[in-house]
Amino acid sequence: MKISSLLNTSGEWARNDGPHHQIVISSRVRLARNLSGYPFPGWGKKADRLEVLEVIKPEVEGLSELNDCYSEYIPDLSALEKQVLVERHLISREHAAKGVGSAVVINKRQTLSIMINEEDHLRMQVIRSGLQLKNAFKLIDKVDSGLEKRVDYAFHPELGYLTACPTNVGTGMRASAMIHLPALVLSEQINPVIQAVNKIGLAVRGLYGEGTEAMGNLFQISNQTTLGEKEEEIITQLNKVIEKIIGHEQNARQMLLQKKPGMVLDHIGRGYGILCHAYSMTSKEALNLLSFLKLGVDLGHFPEECQSAIDELFILTQPAHLQRGSKQKLAPEDRDALRAEIIRDKLKKFPKPDSSKAVTPEPPKEENHDE
Amino acid sequence: MTCDVCKTHPATVFLTQIVDGKMQKVNLCESCSNEKGVSDPTAFELADLLLGIGASEEVARGSSAGQRCPACGFSHSDFKKTGRLGCSVCYETFSEGLQSLVKAMHKGTRHVGKVPARLLRTLELSARTKALQRDLEQAVAEENYEAAAQLRDQLRELEAQA
Repeated sequence: MKISSLLNTSGEWARNDGPHHQIVISSRVRLARNLSGYPFPGWGKKADRLEVLEVIKPEVEGLSELNDCYSEYIPDLSALEKQVLVERHLISREHAAKGVGSAVVINKRQTLSIMINEEDHLRMQVIRSGLQLKNAFKLIDKVDSGLEKRVDYAFHPELGYLTACPTNVGTGMRASAMIHLPALVLSEQINPVIQAVNKIGLAVRGLYGEGTEAMGNLFQISNQTTLGEKEEEIITQLNKVIEKIIGHEQNARQMLLQKKPGMVLDHIGRGYGILCHAYSMTSKEALNLLSFLKLGVDLGHFPEECQSAIDELFILTQPAHLQRGSKQKLAPEDRDALRAEIIRDKLKKFPKPDSSKAVTPEPPKEENHDE
Repeated sequence: MTCDVCKTHPATVFLTQIVDGKMQKVNLCESCSNEKGVSDPTAFELADLLLGIGASEEVARGSSAGQRCPACGFSHSDFKKTGRLGCSVCYETFSEGLQSLVKAMHKGTRHVGKVPARLLRTLELSARTKALQRDLEQAVAEENYEAAAQLRDQLRELEAQA
């Protein structure tokens, strides 16, 4: 399959129809694996990496889960194509920067992607819409079990799967969910929540992972440790914590509507107003305002069918996606203008926010502080 | 914002490095930054940045200076520079230093999760062999030769299977 056909259709996870999709955008599980007998990609010579690639790539493409896949060497991709894949979370920023000896294999639904010679020989991930950590793990586990029959993994009886960085040793697994928490941010409860999550050994990050800023009230929560627990235990614990955070976000929405309804209406109304009428908009501003529109849909201020338009805009307004839609190379200010135009166009069919149709979020559950 | 090292004093020194196109930030207080030699950025090791302060020294413990991994030629100073290991054998080469690092990083020190199916049998066999050998030594030490003979036979059987 050609990359153009892959890039022209959005991935399954971006459709945002999974369980708890109002608050959880997507769930991801990735496994890090290395072949025994070869240096890790970062230390090996080019010849080592090419040899590893030659061993792994055909085996990966031969997996039944990757029938009809898209497979490409990283140096053969244009900078723009790589950036689009990064914006879709199909490859990491680190992988996009790799040269000769690195490749990526992605299934047609864009739920499964396998990076070859990233930081480890293999980085395999499943990304699903909504809260589906268990399903994501099931699929990646199956892929891993298929692959271990074909290649010889570096495995240590005590330390488990060996990885280039000791932070991944053991299961080599990182599970994460991208969650949308506007009410916790607005009610200034987000920092205590982040601290509590950190305290139990989970990491909270921004939109594009490590070291990135939280934009659009989007946060990534993931396990920090990989040794000493079973994969299923890690997933179950993370799932539990995320369900708690969903509860906190729902409570925060309810509280805001009761105590500061004007503030909520103001944010949604301003978001709508600016998005409908702006002629220049940075991706950061777009994400932040779209976040309030999304909240508006969740609260019933917009009809539910508006949801998909917003979800689409979250992706389409990212820099590389914008550039792709345009024939010539865009300067940042041209991009901001184009972004504003696309948003205005998309929101033409959007009705004005109507709080009279508002639905009250589920009643707050008992506050639980046992974490 | 408090200092990432002492976690008590307010951070006044904000260090940002771009490594492999990835931004790494560390926040330090006045005294910790002096101690860590932040005014001289080369003295501040990447391994510390990525894995926590003191990581590079940890790995140096137990391995003589200049020791290299026999499989890939990786040395402790390479770990200092990159924060990554060279190959899977490095885990043996630098095992002593890595042990405490891994312990501080993770919830446990033993992998209890998935095992590749083809290794499962080998690992089980080697665990059972080890246990039998221990029992055998004990039986011999106790001069319980009847039990020892039985254990020896069991061991032979296992070895035949392997």
